[in-house]
Amino acid sequence: MCFGCGSKVESSGDDFREFLENTRLGNVLTNLSNRFQTLRKIFIFALLCIFLSLFGVSRTSAAESDLGISGQLKYRTATGESVFVTGVTVSVEGSGSVTTDETGSFRIPVPGPGEYRVLLDTSTLPDTVSLKDVSRDFLNVNLSTNKDQVVIFALQDGSKVASPESTFALRRVVQLSVEGIKFGLYLALASVGLSLIFGTTGLVNFAHAELVTFGNLMGFFFNYYGFAGAIGFLAPLPAPLGSGSNLVIAAALTMVAGGILGYGLNRFIFRPARRSGVSLLAQMVMTIGGSILLRYIFLYFFTGGTRAYRSYSAQRANEFLGIFLTPKDIASMLVSVVILLIIGFGLKRTRSGRAMRAVSDNRDLSESSGIDVEKVISQVWTTGAALASLAGIFLGLDAVTWESGFRILLFVFAAVTLGGLGTAFGALFGALIVGLVINLSTLFIDVELKNMMALLVLVVVLMFKPQGLFGRKERIG
Amino acid sequence: MDWGFIFERTFSTMIGPEVVIYALAALGLNIHFGYTGLLNFGHVAFMASGAYGLGVSVYYFHWNFWIGLGMAMVYSVVLALILGIPTLRLRADYLGLVTIAASETIRITVRSRVMKPITGGAEGISEFSKPFYDLSPFELGKFYNFGPFRYLGRDLWVLVVGWTILILLTLMVQQVMRAPWGRALRAIREDEDAARSLGKNAYSFKIQSLLFGGAIGAVAGVVQVVQKGSIQADGFNPTITFTIWMILIIGGPARPWSPIAGSMIYWSLIIFVENVLRQLSPQTRETLENTIKLSDINIGQMRYIIVGLGLLLLARYRPQGIFGSREEMALDDR
Repeated sequence: MCFGCGSKVESSGDDFREFLENTRLGNVLTNLSNRFQTLRKIFIFALLCIFLSLFGVSRTSAAESDLGISGQLKYRTATGESVFVTGVTVSVEGSGSVTTDETGSFRIPVPGPGEYRVLLDTSTLPDTVSLKDVSRDFLNVNLSTNKDQVVIFALQDGSKVASPESTFALRRVVQLSVEGIKFGLYLALASVGLSLIFGTTGLVNFAHAELVTFGNLMGFFFNYYGFAGAIGFLAPLPAPLGSGSNLVIAAALTMVAGGILGYGLNRFIFRPARRSGVSLLAQMVMTIGGSILLRYIFLYFFTGGTRAYRSYSAQRANEFLGIFLTPKDIASMLVSVVILLIIGFGLKRTRSGRAMRAVSDNRDLSESSGIDVEKVISQVWTTGAALASLAGIFLGLDAVTWESGFRILLFVFAAVTLGGLGTAFGALFGALIVGLVINLSTLFIDVELKNMMALLVLVVVLMFKPQGLFGRKERIG
Repeated sequence: MDWGFIFERTFSTMIGPEVVIYALAALGLNIHFGYTGLLNFGHVAFMASGAYGLGVSVYYFHWNFWIGLGMAMVYSVVLALILGIPTLRLRADYLGLVTIAASETIRITVRSRVMKPITGGAEGISEFSKPFYDLSPFELGKFYNFGPFRYLGRDLWVLVVGWTILILLTLMVQQVMRAPWGRALRAIREDEDAARSLGKNAYSFKIQSLLFGGAIGAVAGVVQVVQKGSIQADGFNPTITFTIWMILIIGGPARPWSPIAGSMIYWSLIIFVENVLRQLSPQTRETLENTIKLSDINIGQMRYIIVGLGLLLLARYRPQGIFGSREEMALDDR
């Protein structure tokens, strides 16, 4: 290929121009360069934006202040008197542990903003004191920028404790279900694209998780720098252009950027590969290569730390019918439901949506009935990537990291396989079920082992119903 | 810039422990992908199964080191069956999904708090390899020089054993692939339906291939942890798998000696580039730091960027690698 031919023609003198005009190769090169110029310009611009933005991201100095998680352990006696509990071990996973002092206070320094789990060692509590809810000997804390986080372990006078009520269990089930649905909705956003890309091209895009991460990081970038704030002289521009934008606008911009990335991946990497007859196996190896390439470019520029969006990162959970949800959770759930409904409606009712499903169903038949398959594939990549980056934004409400997408890759695979690879609606339902199963499984098994459930779902589905819940029964081996 | 040092490092790497370990792993993957066309994207899981087969036996069951080696094989067989039985009847990509999922699940599970009594959790397992080093004819703490190479006695012993195993296994693979069994594998890779219509049980052959390659992967895992002297769950992350893929494709799949060649090329290239970057003059380093954020940490991460880009480009333009033949790699799974 001849990158930047256009400018070379002007600059490198007569020899080169002669070569271009008079030789066969020259003609081919000129033709090629003319044909690809516009599109290449768009793509290169998009890539430039992406890289500039990543520079911008890496420019932010992560707050390395002395952050910490603190709190005070105390309980009220029957007479209403406050008693401080001393000598109890409290620990933060990965950051060490302390013992509470004589006022019951503790403070554990942590390396930076992010998600932490605070554990209370119940065996060090005095015999007369116990947790109000025995199952909550740990708290998940979201540390935002530059502020100590105060955590509260609700304690009570042990002498009047009855056995833990069953309502706690019920409440926990409901709480976990709601969180499972939330996670399932995010997964659904991430899965639809994967499933449709498979349906239309037969390619399992192992780099799909990186599209999620891309959204996660771009959201952070737009949130802090606005549309172009990373480019030095544009930084003083008003809010949406320079100097950061509201997260909602940032999310919209991110979806556009994700769409461009998806379009570019198809247009400049996978479509040429399909055309020149690269086998599907080799294409999957290409996606694996793309996945690790993108992931380490993210790490290179964003570094390994966990960061948070400028707004909405720390919110207090409100109780509603015994369920604890933060306003951002509710908002993101509503938005994803609306978007998924739009997608569902689009797939069912609009022309291009129906074309997508038709190509997914039977590529040759759709092609012979006049559908422009390449155009459909391009649309699928664009929308799929845009939806994946939206999922990345929602995941970013909890934490922004360079591997946030890779962490959910397992679940995405389980979701699309459960629903049936290649079916859009299957991916939606599969994702919801996987989200629920994963969260509810923590009732029985340790939180750290919930990944195993995803693998289990995957293996069980492949054993007994390899075409998935929504897939058509056909020989797929 | 100290070119002498850079070349010494590069040459020492060329036959060093990493090359042996990754060549062994790639040899296993070659049986999967090269000869049978299985898309194993979680090869590191087999290495982990070998490592923990040994580690858990010694650490948790307090068995002998040598029994542990046997258990490493048993673990890899169990893993291959779990991965293979549900997926190998299906299209190639399902194995890819399940293996990549399994390798991450295994890593996360063994490092979890729940498994700590058995697998040592995130801290891992150490002090299990003494019986191996007791057999060493070299003084463990002494440096030995051979022309341009310089190794610690301990590493030298690992290298002698490692290279012996590697060359024996490579010869074995070469012979096996010439035998009817290997030809059947290649027939299945080329056209499963045709092989089946000739009466070959493709499913069974694929399972056998997964078992065989997985066992070699487990050997690689064992050599790695014995060389390191410790077992760390986070060492078995997916990037290892992709590095192995890169090595296999550089050398050229479906060639018996290509894992060794690929591993040598990959590691000498990486070590050369890293050492050159680290020894750039302070001004150049500063410029690079200001323009493309090249810091000491980032130099280490650069190798994975190279791996990703390399895999992408090799799979696109030269899937047969350096020594492979185009015909062998003109696969299609549909």
